[in-house]
Amino acid sequence: MNSVKYLYAAYIATWLIHAFYLGSMLRRYARLKQQLKELARK
Amino acid sequence: MKRLFPILSVITALLLAFALYEALVVAPTERTMGDVQRIFYYHVPSAWTAFLLFFTNLIASIAYLIGKNPKADALAVASAEVGVVFCAVVLVTGPIWARPVWGIWWTWDIRLTTTLVLWLIYVSYLMLRRFSDTAQTPKLAAVLAIFGALDVPLVYFSIWFFRTQHPQPVIGGGGSIDPRMLHVLLINWLAFSCFAILVCWSRFRLENLRHEVEETQALESLIGVANSSAQTKMPLRRGPA
Repeated sequence: MNSVKYLYAAYIATWLIHAFYLGSMLRRYARLKQQLKELARK
Repeated sequence: MKRLFPILSVITALLLAFALYEALVVAPTERTMGDVQRIFYYHVPSAWTAFLLFFTNLIASIAYLIGKNPKADALAVASAEVGVVFCAVVLVTGPIWARPVWGIWWTWDIRLTTTLVLWLIYVSYLMLRRFSDTAQTPKLAAVLAIFGALDVPLVYFSIWFFRTQHPQPVIGGGGSIDPRMLHVLLINWLAFSCFAILVCWSRFRLENLRHEVEETQALESLIGVANSSAQTKMPLRRGPA
């Protein structure tokens, strides 16, 4: 059974899901910080 | 608290690296499945961590319904969102393991189906939070979270009460495991739990920041309305004079 490719696929998929989520959180954080800055300028 | 976050981040990164090494190198190779069995060291800890996060969501939702504390609501949102991410990992790694072992990616087995339903319940919870913007939304979401949490024990105990293709649980169930494998499994769970705490903590801070922005925007618009009404009233008062 050539199972190593499935093993790597599972581990890579796990970290891709986490990386995608962390990236989305960073984008939301940057957008909120920008909004706060604009509100402070007003 | 600000110092604790980077310290915990470094510890978690080291722990995750060590857990990966243990899973790929130290853990013994399973006799019948071979290396694909090592998916278990990511799949099972992710499932346990997701359950833990959904349990946190349940406690925070009950706390919100009792005390109406916005911090409890923020914790409920944070834990549900991170729980959905971990549950997504379970739903992706499971079929990748099933393909070489069972010969199929997916089957409508009780454990798999209840896990998918659990994920869908919490996705609907997050959609409610995202697209409904009334004062009642946190209360409705908290009630939905309580019903959603009922699926967690159903997922866990489903393999005890129904005939299933899914392997038996390694702890508190009918399955057995090599002590070295159990050791690696627990290290991976510890690493993923620390990672989940960090991510949940960040998401909690993000939710608080979002509240701060919304409150400032509301205050700005109130000041704007007050200023414009003051300007429109001024000429009327001065008119007769």
